[in-house]
Amino acid sequence: MTMTLTEKLLTRASGHSSVKPGDIVVVEPDVVLSHDNSAAIWEIFQQLPQGQIKHPDRLAITLDHAVPPPTAKHAQNHAQIRQLVQAQGISNFYEVGRGICHQVLCEEGVVGPGLCLLGADSHSPHCGWLGAFGAGIGRSEVAALWATGELWLRVPDTIRILLTGKLRQGVTTKDLTIQLIGQLSSDGATYMAVEFAGAGISSLSPDARAVLTNMMAEMGAKNACMVPDAVTWDWLDQSLARTRPQDSEERLAYFRESALYPDADAAYALEHHIQLNEIEPMVSCPHTVDNVKALSSIEHTRVDVGFIGTCTNGRLEDIASAAEIVRGKRLQRRLVVIPASSMVLRDAVEAGHVATLLDAGATIGTPGCGPCMGNHMGVLAPGEVCISSANRNFRGRMGQRDAEIYLANPAVVAASCVAGYLVHPSEVTGGE
Amino acid sequence: MTKTSHRVWKYGDKVNTDVIFPGKYTYTISQDPAALARHALEDLDPSFAANARPGDVILAGRNWGNGSSREQAVTCLLAAGVHAVIAASFARIYYRNAINSGLLVIECPPVVESVETGDLIEIDLETTQIYHAGQTYEFPPLPQQVLDILDAGGIIPYLQANSIRDGE
Repeated sequence: MTMTLTEKLLTRASGHSSVKPGDIVVVEPDVVLSHDNSAAIWEIFQQLPQGQIKHPDRLAITLDHAVPPPTAKHAQNHAQIRQLVQAQGISNFYEVGRGICHQVLCEEGVVGPGLCLLGADSHSPHCGWLGAFGAGIGRSEVAALWATGELWLRVPDTIRILLTGKLRQGVTTKDLTIQLIGQLSSDGATYMAVEFAGAGISSLSPDARAVLTNMMAEMGAKNACMVPDAVTWDWLDQSLARTRPQDSEERLAYFRESALYPDADAAYALEHHIQLNEIEPMVSCPHTVDNVKALSSIEHTRVDVGFIGTCTNGRLEDIASAAEIVRGKRLQRRLVVIPASSMVLRDAVEAGHVATLLDAGATIGTPGCGPCMGNHMGVLAPGEVCISSANRNFRGRMGQRDAEIYLANPAVVAASCVAGYLVHPSEVTGGE
Repeated sequence: MTKTSHRVWKYGDKVNTDVIFPGKYTYTISQDPAALARHALEDLDPSFAANARPGDVILAGRNWGNGSSREQAVTCLLAAGVHAVIAASFARIYYRNAINSGLLVIECPPVVESVETGDLIEIDLETTQIYHAGQTYEFPPLPQQVLDILDAGGIIPYLQANSIRDGE
């Protein structure tokens, strides 16, 4: 029988010879992700009879959601997590400042082609850009998973999204996902897998690809994925050489062995074709991600502050595009830039992007989630309007129910902070 | 089991977890029921927390609970005494979290259309029917394992009671 990429991935994770949509399978994930919620999970875990984590080597804990801790309570939460990490011998532990879990686990080669990750975070589909299965679950299920090492999942139907052509200058995969979510709605892929395919993918950078799988969380997808290609392998090769020089080659060989590919005649429940060159800059308007408008139709909407960062759009390419926009200019509005990881920050410093941003008046935050879910480092005041490269604009998301959040690509965020209102990047760079 | 009677709070489509339980509290409030209940639906309906009564049910449209995986978006409702959420559809993680925390979740689009805030409805889990104003609405039966987890009060008490798989 023929299988989609997700079906192949769940076949491997469940140890079956094949699976089909609707099957309930018990999977043993290779990676169990948690973050600042790990202390709360530990509290739940301690109510279980096991006492010991079944596979401590499969856990990956990253402190990222409120880093450095903004209050003593947050600091205490981190301290409890460090105790747990030490007591249970968790080696995949990433401290305050290393970055956002989804980015870090890819950079560190904790997750990679063919693997299965279950995470106590809704953006767990992110790792699918490497050809992995990633799905979000809740704290109680993670506690159960720590105890038993396994969890039941329903094999989802797959939506295939075929990309052809090439994005135009100033347009990114963020615009693609916002447009798609606008079309299919925030529940367009609920209970389903999304598989990106087509010749258009080969023109997309690793940073751009990760946006695709990451943002499918906002369409309700269980997981989102694409097959690894030469671009993926190059990225893994370079990243692993930096993060784990001691065993990068063995790890890469392991990923080459575990990588999976869909059958050519696999059955997809739905198929969408997207011409990349037809996409224009898009914006999610307050207060839902699927309240989508073309940037051109709402240009000159006032903004008070900009935010570039998060697991969705806090990578080097995103920061580079912002630096390009603000070079030699003075920002009219505050701009908070928070790299997705320390590796991104280091590269952004080395490339001169950080200096460019600082010269224009932007501020740089510790790698992590920043103000995305309203914890700290740039929460909004009543009445403020934020233009953000993040993934959610729900009421109250950035800490204040009477504020408004627009979501866009990082170049649009930077340009809007130069202008003081929503604007196409070409208008402030004078290009095109 | 017989019919149980409940007062309704009615909401619309696509209610997300940020308005059910704001993200800014997620690492400082985890299990304290009073604190959870105090912030339930804070950014959706500020009147809810003060006026919810044990046994109330929430009726909502499509995609209830989309967004973050935070479990407090379920447990804050339990802490406020909510007996069930009945929706046209649920976001995937919310649905799992609800069952795993012992909150009854029912997908039943037709009843959602006809009921308003303050109405009384009756739920019969055995016949999988909801009664309102002389009308009967059917919902799909929940799988036995889901009912077992709900009966136990969630996945953790369920695992405590059922020593986990094959004598481990």
